[in-house]
Amino acid sequence: MPHRMRPPRAPRESEVTDPRLALNRPARRAFIRSVMGAGAALALPGCSRAAEDVPLAEQLTERKAVTGYNNYYELGTGKTDPKQNAGALAKLIERLDPWSVVVDGEVSRPGRFTLDELVGLHAPEERIYRMRCVEGWSMVIPWEGLPLKALLDRVEPTSQARFVRFETVYERDHPLPGQERQVLDWPYVEGLRLDEALHPLTLLATGVYGDPLPPQNGAPLRLVVPWKYGFKGGKSLVRISLVREMPTSSWMVAVPREYGFYANVNPNVEHPRWSQATERRIGEWGRRDTLMFNGYADEVASLYRGMDLKKHF
Amino acid sequence: MAGRPARRLAWWLVFLAQLAPLGYLIWAIPTHQLGYEPVVDSLRFLGQSALYLLLIGLAITPLQRLMPRLGLIDYRRMVGLYAFFYATLHAALWLIVDRQLELAAIWEDMLEREHITFGVIAFLLLLTLAVTSTKGWMRHLGRRWRLLHRLVYPATALAVFHFFLSVKLDTRTPLILAGVLILLLLARPLTRWWTGRRARH
Repeated sequence: MPHRMRPPRAPRESEVTDPRLALNRPARRAFIRSVMGAGAALALPGCSRAAEDVPLAEQLTERKAVTGYNNYYELGTGKTDPKQNAGALAKLIERLDPWSVVVDGEVSRPGRFTLDELVGLHAPEERIYRMRCVEGWSMVIPWEGLPLKALLDRVEPTSQARFVRFETVYERDHPLPGQERQVLDWPYVEGLRLDEALHPLTLLATGVYGDPLPPQNGAPLRLVVPWKYGFKGGKSLVRISLVREMPTSSWMVAVPREYGFYANVNPNVEHPRWSQATERRIGEWGRRDTLMFNGYADEVASLYRGMDLKKHF
Repeated sequence: MAGRPARRLAWWLVFLAQLAPLGYLIWAIPTHQLGYEPVVDSLRFLGQSALYLLLIGLAITPLQRLMPRLGLIDYRRMVGLYAFFYATLHAALWLIVDRQLELAAIWEDMLEREHITFGVIAFLLLLTLAVTSTKGWMRHLGRRWRLLHRLVYPATALAVFHFFLSVKLDTRTPLILAGVLILLLLARPLTRWWTGRRARH
């Protein structure tokens, strides 16, 4: 076993799309099917050829792993805790029904959006994305949701807006099981630069594997930024604020030496705890080489032109 | 004191009981009891098994002083060797499966990731203790054998520290183990004082 995984070969359409999913979702053809890969252009609606060009042999990570192996510290620090404690978040969602997201800050039209209103902003899209965890493992996950841009366009950021701050649910009087200890600085905060937030790959996910998001995956609404380490994807969002200054994320507060603001997947920037050069795909024994920007370099590298990514890690 | 057959049975029970973690692991990995990342899940489980056995081993000497009739001292070497057994599985899994015997990657890990640096040192200490655990080495080293085998304390402390450093944020478990280790370190002089006092009366 001394050699690494071979460079991936081109996949067949059947490898990229779970056939069951395709059958269950008649509207699928209208969705943008995009973005598995290194060098793959963003596929356009109705452009089925694009999938054949994706140069990667990658399969969806099995649903049980996607929904059973999670980092969601609000529901516990163990990988299987979030699923076990899912009931607590389900109860909270019920109590807060209807779930709503406040969008405020440097915007011309601030507001509070219910989940239904958010979903109504844009035709639902399915996005099959790699998810690379900073801990050195990865998955391939079929999300459903809407581009964050659809929401941001609606609220009209002002010229002062430079960053977007995402806040996860934290009810002081009804903390989730993991929030009863100050492991992280609650509420969980994440942030993006405005141009990252407006990027067409940046997704507000409301579903996974054809179902609404289960609690352990960040129900009812979460951020997915596929070229960044997984922790950038704030879960169970309640507030999205357009701000002038770079937000300080919860992980930056907790361990500034290990976690920076950008957290772009980058095999060349070492993490003191884990090698970032390779990763283990859940379900595989060997390691794969980690791709620059998690394989989305063609789409996003231009966002960082001229930046020292070792400094802005 | 119990008779010979009873002691033999007890010895076998203790021997087999310490295989239980391995049995559990073999069942737990394919059924995803520990997660969906078999290599990392196994690494963590094997490492913790080694650590718990080291701590149990360290508890034997003070317990022997308090309850000499139980004859727990008979099991001390076996527990220590089992701790080494699990530490070896842990190290082998890391070297062979996780790092795929790529020497450059292993070397980089050892130099640049402090949790691995400390883990390797702890393992080398345990290796020394395991090799010299035989009667032959005891005879050969004489008085120096006891001195050498006090290395089990720094080895355990390094192993706890290795665990502490490898945890991302939630350090409760390694901190609890560090507390247990401190108690066990205190237990040695305390039980010596206690048995000395009892002997005088």
